[in-house]
Amino acid sequence: MDYRISEKISGPRSEDTLPASAAAAVKVVIVGGFGVGKTTMVGSVSEIRPLTTEETMTQAGVGVDDIAGIERKTETTVAMDFGRISLNERLVLYLFGTPGQERFWFLWNGLFEGALGAVVLIDTRRLEVSFDAVGRLEERGVPFVVAVNAFPEAPVHPMAELRAAMDLPDSVPMIDCDARDRSSSRDTLLALVRHLQSLHTVTPETP
Amino acid sequence: MSEPGKPWDEGGPERLYTVSRGRAPQEPRHRPIELVSLIVARAEPEPGLAPEAAAVLRMCQFPLSVAEISAYLVLPVSTVTVILAGLLREDRVEVRAPVPAAVLPDPELLQAVMHGLQNF
Ligand SMILES: Nc1nc2c(ncn2[C@@H]2O[C@H](COP(=O)(O)OP(=O)(O)O)[C@@H](O)[C@H]2O)c(=O)[nH]1
Ligand SMILES: [Mg+2]
Repeated sequence: MDYRISEKISGPRSEDTLPASAAAAVKVVIVGGFGVGKTTMVGSVSEIRPLTTEETMTQAGVGVDDIAGIERKTETTVAMDFGRISLNERLVLYLFGTPGQERFWFLWNGLFEGALGAVVLIDTRRLEVSFDAVGRLEERGVPFVVAVNAFPEAPVHPMAELRAAMDLPDSVPMIDCDARDRSSSRDTLLALVRHLQSLHTVTPETP
Repeated sequence: MSEPGKPWDEGGPERLYTVSRGRAPQEPRHRPIELVSLIVARAEPEPGLAPEAAAVLRMCQFPLSVAEISAYLVLPVSTVTVILAGLLREDRVEVRAPVPAAVLPDPELLQAVMHGLQNF
Protein backbone atom coordinates (compact mmCIF):
# COMPACT_ATOMS: atom_id res chain seq x y z
CA MET A 1 0.00 0.00 0.00
CA ASP A 2 2.76 2.36 -0.91
CA TYR A 3 0.98 4.72 -3.22
CA ARG A 4 2.00 8.28 -3.90
CA ILE A 5 -1.54 9.44 -3.53
CA SER A 6 -1.63 8.44 0.13
CA GLU A 7 0.48 11.47 0.85
CA LYS A 8 -2.07 13.75 -0.68
CA ILE A 9 -5.35 12.16 0.29
CA SER A 10 -5.94 11.93 3.98
CA GLY A 11 -8.49 9.90 5.81
CA PRO A 12 -9.87 10.20 9.30
CA ARG A 13 -7.40 10.65 12.13
CA SER A 14 -7.34 7.52 14.26
CA GLU A 15 -9.42 9.22 16.97
CA ASP A 16 -12.05 10.09 14.37
CA THR A 17 -12.78 6.55 13.19
CA LEU A 18 -16.04 4.84 14.05
CA PRO A 19 -16.06 1.44 15.73
CA ALA A 20 -16.36 -1.53 13.35
CA SER A 21 -19.76 -2.17 14.94
CA ALA A 22 -21.24 1.07 13.53
CA ALA A 23 -24.14 -0.35 11.53
CA ALA A 24 -26.24 2.58 10.39
CA ALA A 25 -26.59 6.32 10.53
CA VAL A 26 -29.32 8.89 10.86
CA LYS A 27 -29.14 12.58 10.06
CA VAL A 28 -30.47 15.90 11.23
CA VAL A 29 -30.25 19.06 9.15
CA ILE A 30 -29.52 22.46 10.67
CA VAL A 31 -30.92 25.28 8.58
CA GLY A 32 -31.36 29.04 8.72
CA GLY A 33 -30.02 32.14 7.02
CA PHE A 34 -26.43 33.24 6.74
CA GLY A 35 -24.73 33.93 10.06
CA VAL A 36 -27.39 32.49 12.35
CA GLY A 37 -24.96 29.99 13.88
CA LYS A 38 -25.34 26.77 11.90
CA THR A 39 -21.62 26.08 11.55
CA THR A 40 -21.14 27.03 15.19
CA MET A 41 -23.78 24.54 16.34
CA VAL A 42 -22.39 21.71 14.21
CA GLY A 43 -18.95 22.39 15.67
CA SER A 44 -20.06 22.61 19.27
CA VAL A 45 -21.78 19.21 19.40
CA SER A 46 -19.69 17.21 16.94
CA GLU A 47 -17.32 14.55 18.26
CA ILE A 48 -15.07 15.09 15.23
CA ARG A 49 -13.63 18.29 13.94
CA PRO A 50 -16.37 19.44 11.55
CA LEU A 51 -15.83 18.52 7.93
CA THR A 52 -17.06 19.97 4.68
CA THR A 53 -18.76 18.03 1.96
CA GLU A 54 -19.78 19.45 -1.38
CA GLU A 55 -22.11 18.73 -4.23
CA THR A 56 -22.27 20.01 -7.76
CA MET A 57 -25.67 21.19 -8.76
CA THR A 58 -27.05 21.98 -12.13
CA GLN A 59 -29.47 24.84 -12.06
CA ALA A 60 -31.96 24.57 -14.82
CA GLY A 61 -35.70 24.85 -14.95
CA VAL A 62 -35.97 25.79 -11.32
CA GLY A 63 -38.11 28.79 -12.15
CA VAL A 64 -35.69 31.43 -11.05
CA ASP A 65 -36.92 34.83 -12.12
CA ASP A 66 -33.60 36.35 -13.16
CA ILE A 67 -32.69 33.50 -15.46
CA ALA A 68 -36.21 32.85 -16.68
CA GLY A 69 -36.40 32.51 -20.41
CA ILE A 70 -32.71 31.80 -20.75
CA GLU A 71 -32.13 28.18 -21.67
CA ARG A 72 -28.88 27.73 -19.89
CA LYS A 73 -27.56 25.30 -17.36
CA THR A 74 -25.33 26.63 -14.65
CA GLU A 75 -23.17 24.42 -12.48
CA THR A 76 -22.76 25.50 -8.89
CA THR A 77 -20.87 23.83 -6.12
CA VAL A 78 -22.59 23.96 -2.79
CA ALA A 79 -20.65 23.12 0.36
CA MET A 80 -22.05 21.96 3.68
CA ASP A 81 -20.44 21.61 7.08
CA PHE A 82 -21.19 18.52 9.00
CA GLY A 83 -20.37 16.82 12.26
CA ARG A 84 -20.99 13.51 13.92
CA ILE A 85 -22.25 12.09 17.21
CA SER A 86 -21.93 8.38 17.99
CA LEU A 87 -25.20 7.55 19.74
CA ASN A 88 -24.22 4.02 20.67
CA GLU A 89 -21.98 1.23 19.39
CA ARG A 90 -24.18 0.74 16.35
CA LEU A 91 -25.95 4.01 15.63
CA VAL A 92 -24.40 7.27 14.42
CA LEU A 93 -25.99 10.71 14.06
CA TYR A 94 -24.74 13.12 11.40
CA LEU A 95 -25.55 16.81 11.60
CA PHE A 96 -25.52 18.86 8.43
CA GLY A 97 -25.34 22.63 8.52
CA THR A 98 -26.77 23.90 5.27
CA PRO A 99 -25.02 26.70 3.44
CA GLY A 100 -26.83 29.96 4.04
CA GLN A 101 -25.73 31.99 1.05
CA GLU A 102 -26.24 29.78 -1.94
CA ARG A 103 -29.76 30.04 -3.19
CA PHE A 104 -30.17 26.43 -4.22
CA TRP A 105 -28.95 24.53 -1.20
CA PHE A 106 -32.36 22.91 -0.78
CA LEU A 107 -31.97 21.15 -4.12
CA TRP A 108 -29.14 19.07 -2.70
CA ASN A 109 -30.20 15.57 -3.63
CA GLY A 110 -30.90 13.40 -0.65
CA LEU A 111 -30.30 16.09 1.95
CA PHE A 112 -33.80 15.97 3.38
CA GLU A 113 -34.65 12.44 2.28
CA GLY A 114 -34.38 10.19 5.26
CA ALA A 115 -33.56 13.03 7.67
CA LEU A 116 -35.10 12.62 11.10
CA GLY A 117 -35.90 16.30 11.13
CA ALA A 118 -34.37 19.76 11.18
CA VAL A 119 -33.39 22.57 13.51
CA VAL A 120 -34.06 26.09 12.24
CA LEU A 121 -31.76 28.62 13.84
CA ILE A 122 -32.91 32.20 14.07
CA ASP A 123 -31.23 35.44 15.01
CA THR A 124 -33.81 37.79 16.52
CA ARG A 125 -32.20 40.80 14.84
CA ARG A 126 -32.69 39.28 11.40
CA LEU A 127 -35.62 36.90 11.51
CA GLU A 128 -36.20 37.26 7.79
CA VAL A 129 -32.97 35.46 6.86
CA SER A 130 -34.48 32.21 8.17
CA PHE A 131 -37.91 32.55 6.53
CA ASP A 132 -36.81 30.73 3.40
CA ALA A 133 -35.50 27.76 5.38
CA VAL A 134 -38.81 27.39 7.22
CA GLY A 135 -40.66 27.50 3.92
CA ARG A 136 -38.48 24.81 2.38
CA LEU A 137 -39.04 22.49 5.33
CA GLU A 138 -42.79 23.05 5.29
CA GLU A 139 -42.89 22.37 1.56
CA ARG A 140 -41.15 19.06 2.08
CA GLY A 141 -42.99 18.09 5.24
CA VAL A 142 -39.75 17.84 7.23
CA PRO A 143 -40.51 18.15 10.96
CA PHE A 144 -38.53 20.85 12.72
CA VAL A 145 -38.02 22.91 15.85
CA VAL A 146 -36.97 26.56 15.89
CA ALA A 147 -34.05 27.53 18.08
CA VAL A 148 -33.50 31.16 19.01
CA ASN A 149 -29.75 31.61 18.99
CA ALA A 150 -28.80 34.01 21.77
CA PHE A 151 -26.59 36.72 20.36
CA PRO A 152 -25.61 39.08 23.20
CA GLU A 153 -26.38 42.27 21.30
CA ALA A 154 -29.79 40.97 20.19
CA PRO A 155 -32.87 42.39 21.92
CA VAL A 156 -34.91 39.86 23.89
CA HIS A 157 -38.39 39.26 22.54
CA PRO A 158 -41.14 37.18 24.08
CA MET A 159 -41.39 33.79 22.35
CA ALA A 160 -45.00 34.46 21.41
CA GLU A 161 -43.95 37.56 19.51
CA LEU A 162 -41.24 35.67 17.67
CA ARG A 163 -43.67 32.90 16.87
CA ALA A 164 -46.10 35.38 15.39
CA ALA A 165 -43.34 37.15 13.45
CA MET A 166 -42.13 33.83 12.06
CA ASP A 167 -45.73 32.80 11.37
CA LEU A 168 -45.18 29.47 13.10
CA PRO A 169 -48.06 27.26 14.24
CA ASP A 170 -48.23 26.36 17.95
CA SER A 171 -47.30 22.79 17.05
CA VAL A 172 -43.72 23.83 16.19
CA PRO A 173 -41.59 23.95 19.36
CA MET A 174 -39.48 27.06 19.95
CA ILE A 175 -36.51 27.06 22.27
CA ASP A 176 -33.68 29.32 23.34
CA CYS A 177 -30.18 28.17 22.63
CA ASP A 178 -26.56 29.20 22.50
CA ALA A 179 -25.04 27.53 19.49
CA ARG A 180 -21.55 27.94 20.94
CA ASP A 181 -22.44 25.83 23.92
CA ARG A 182 -22.27 22.08 23.57
CA SER A 183 -24.94 21.19 26.11
CA SER A 184 -27.28 23.91 24.85
CA SER A 185 -26.89 22.60 21.31
CA ARG A 186 -27.45 19.07 22.53
CA ASP A 187 -30.62 20.20 24.34
CA THR A 188 -31.81 21.69 21.06
CA LEU A 189 -31.37 18.30 19.39
CA LEU A 190 -33.18 16.65 22.28
CA ALA A 191 -36.05 19.10 21.81
CA LEU A 192 -36.24 17.99 18.18
CA VAL A 193 -36.31 14.32 19.18
CA ARG A 194 -39.06 15.02 21.72
CA HIS A 195 -41.01 16.84 19.05
CA LEU A 196 -40.66 13.84 16.72
CA GLN A 197 -41.86 11.58 19.51
CA SER A 198 -44.89 13.79 20.08
CA LEU A 199 -45.75 13.62 16.39
CA HIS A 200 -45.98 9.88 16.85
CA THR A 201 -48.54 10.12 19.56
CA VAL A 202 -50.80 12.49 17.63
CA THR A 203 -50.40 11.02 14.16
CA PRO A 204 -51.59 7.49 13.50
CA GLU A 205 -48.81 5.38 12.06
CA THR A 206 -48.73 5.29 8.33
CA PRO A 207 -47.43 2.10 6.80
CA MET B 1 -23.85 -7.62 21.70
CA SER B 2 -22.71 -7.07 18.15
CA GLU B 3 -20.06 -8.89 16.21
CA PRO B 4 -17.64 -6.36 14.83
CA GLY B 5 -16.98 -6.71 11.19
CA LYS B 6 -20.02 -8.78 10.50
CA PRO B 7 -21.23 -7.78 7.07
CA TRP B 8 -24.54 -6.01 6.93
CA ASP B 9 -26.00 -8.26 4.29
CA GLU B 10 -25.31 -11.54 6.04
CA GLY B 11 -28.56 -12.24 7.72
CA GLY B 12 -29.78 -8.67 7.66
CA PRO B 13 -29.29 -5.83 10.10
CA GLU B 14 -28.91 -6.71 13.69
CA ARG B 15 -31.00 -4.65 16.00
CA LEU B 16 -29.84 -1.10 16.40
CA TYR B 17 -32.16 -0.50 19.23
CA THR B 18 -33.97 -2.64 21.68
CA VAL B 19 -37.16 -3.67 19.96
CA SER B 20 -37.14 -5.14 16.51
CA ARG B 21 -39.81 -4.20 14.06
CA GLY B 22 -39.94 -7.53 12.35
CA ARG B 23 -39.82 -5.84 8.99
CA ALA B 24 -37.81 -7.67 6.35
CA PRO B 25 -34.74 -5.66 5.40
CA GLN B 26 -34.57 -4.43 1.84
CA GLU B 27 -32.02 -5.97 -0.46
CA PRO B 28 -28.94 -3.88 0.40
CA ARG B 29 -27.33 -4.31 -3.00
CA HIS B 30 -30.15 -2.48 -4.72
CA ARG B 31 -30.42 0.41 -2.33
CA PRO B 32 -28.91 3.68 -3.43
CA ILE B 33 -25.74 4.95 -1.82
CA GLU B 34 -26.77 7.88 0.33
CA LEU B 35 -25.07 10.80 2.04
CA VAL B 36 -24.90 8.96 5.37
CA SER B 37 -24.53 5.40 4.12
CA LEU B 38 -21.61 3.86 6.00
CA ILE B 39 -18.92 2.35 3.81
CA VAL B 40 -16.54 -0.39 4.92
CA ALA B 41 -13.68 -1.73 2.80
CA ARG B 42 -13.70 -5.43 2.03
CA ALA B 43 -10.47 -5.47 0.06
CA GLU B 44 -7.00 -4.02 0.05
CA PRO B 45 -6.24 -1.51 -2.67
CA GLU B 46 -4.53 -3.25 -5.56
CA PRO B 47 -2.03 -1.63 -7.88
CA GLY B 48 -3.80 -0.35 -10.94
CA LEU B 49 -6.88 0.75 -9.06
CA ALA B 50 -7.75 4.42 -9.60
CA PRO B 51 -6.06 6.54 -6.91
CA GLU B 52 -9.34 7.82 -5.52
CA ALA B 53 -10.76 4.31 -5.33
CA ALA B 54 -7.59 3.12 -3.58
CA ALA B 55 -7.86 6.04 -1.17
CA VAL B 56 -11.45 5.06 -0.38
CA LEU B 57 -10.41 1.51 0.44
CA ARG B 58 -7.63 2.77 2.68
CA MET B 59 -9.78 5.21 4.61
CA CYS B 60 -12.67 2.78 5.03
CA GLN B 61 -10.90 0.20 7.17
CA PHE B 62 -13.52 1.25 9.70
CA PRO B 63 -17.01 2.45 8.76
CA LEU B 64 -17.07 5.93 7.23
CA SER B 65 -20.01 7.87 5.83
CA VAL B 66 -20.17 8.97 2.20
CA ALA B 67 -20.15 12.57 3.47
CA GLU B 68 -16.86 11.97 5.31
CA ILE B 69 -15.30 10.29 2.28
CA SER B 70 -16.33 13.28 0.18
CA ALA B 71 -14.77 15.61 2.75
CA TYR B 72 -11.45 13.74 2.88
CA LEU B 73 -11.21 13.30 -0.87
CA VAL B 74 -12.43 16.86 -1.48
CA LEU B 75 -14.76 15.58 -4.15
CA PRO B 76 -18.48 16.21 -4.68
CA VAL B 77 -20.81 13.61 -3.19
CA SER B 78 -22.07 12.59 -6.62
CA THR B 79 -18.51 11.84 -7.77
CA VAL B 80 -17.82 9.82 -4.63
CA THR B 81 -21.05 7.92 -5.21
CA VAL B 82 -19.87 6.90 -8.68
CA ILE B 83 -16.53 5.69 -7.28
CA LEU B 84 -18.35 3.75 -4.56
CA ALA B 85 -20.80 2.18 -6.99
CA GLY B 86 -17.83 0.80 -8.96
CA LEU B 87 -16.22 -0.58 -5.80
CA LEU B 88 -19.53 -2.07 -4.70
CA ARG B 89 -20.00 -3.84 -8.05
CA GLU B 90 -16.64 -5.46 -7.56
CA ASP B 91 -17.46 -6.37 -3.99
CA ARG B 92 -14.59 -4.29 -2.67
CA VAL B 93 -16.78 -2.37 -0.24
CA GLU B 94 -19.75 -3.03 1.95
CA VAL B 95 -22.51 -0.44 2.19
CA ARG B 96 -24.45 -0.09 5.43
CA ALA B 97 -27.62 1.80 4.54
CA PRO B 98 -28.99 4.55 6.78
CA VAL B 99 -31.91 3.82 9.05
CA PRO B 100 -34.93 4.55 6.90
CA ALA B 101 -36.92 7.42 8.41
CA ALA B 102 -39.97 6.79 6.26
CA VAL B 103 -42.79 9.18 7.10
CA LEU B 104 -42.10 9.39 10.77
CA PRO B 105 -39.07 7.84 12.38
CA ASP B 106 -39.70 4.70 14.34
CA PRO B 107 -40.38 5.27 18.08
CA GLU B 108 -37.63 2.87 19.13
CA LEU B 109 -35.18 4.65 16.87
CA LEU B 110 -36.14 7.98 18.47
CA GLN B 111 -35.68 6.42 21.89
CA ALA B 112 -32.20 5.29 20.88
CA VAL B 113 -31.33 8.77 19.60
CA MET B 114 -32.68 10.30 22.81
CA HIS B 115 -30.58 7.99 25.00
CA GLY B 116 -27.52 8.52 22.87
CA LEU B 117 -27.80 12.30 23.15
CA GLN B 118 -28.51 12.19 26.87
CA ASN B 119 -25.40 10.14 27.50
CA PHE B 120 -23.30 12.20 25.15
N1 LIG C 1 -22.71 35.55 20.65
C1 LIG C 1 -22.98 34.51 19.87
N2 LIG C 1 -22.36 34.43 18.70
C2 LIG C 1 -22.63 33.37 17.92
C3 LIG C 1 -23.51 32.37 18.31
N3 LIG C 1 -23.61 31.46 17.33
C4 LIG C 1 -22.79 31.89 16.35
N4 LIG C 1 -22.18 33.03 16.70
C5 LIG C 1 -21.26 33.81 15.87
O1 LIG C 1 -21.96 34.25 14.74
C6 LIG C 1 -21.16 34.17 13.58
C7 LIG C 1 -21.84 33.35 12.49
O2 LIG C 1 -21.97 32.03 12.93
P1 LIG C 1 -21.89 30.78 11.93
O3 LIG C 1 -22.02 29.57 12.77
O4 LIG C 1 -20.73 30.88 11.02
O5 LIG C 1 -23.22 31.01 11.08
P2 LIG C 1 -23.78 30.21 9.83
O6 LIG C 1 -23.64 31.09 8.64
O7 LIG C 1 -25.23 29.98 10.15
O8 LIG C 1 -23.04 28.92 9.68
C8 LIG C 1 -19.84 33.59 14.01
O9 LIG C 1 -18.94 34.66 14.17
C9 LIG C 1 -20.14 32.94 15.33
O10 LIG C 1 -19.03 32.96 16.19
C10 LIG C 1 -24.13 32.47 19.60
O11 LIG C 1 -24.91 31.65 20.03
N5 LIG C 1 -23.82 33.57 20.33
MG1 LIG D 1 -21.95 28.26 8.01
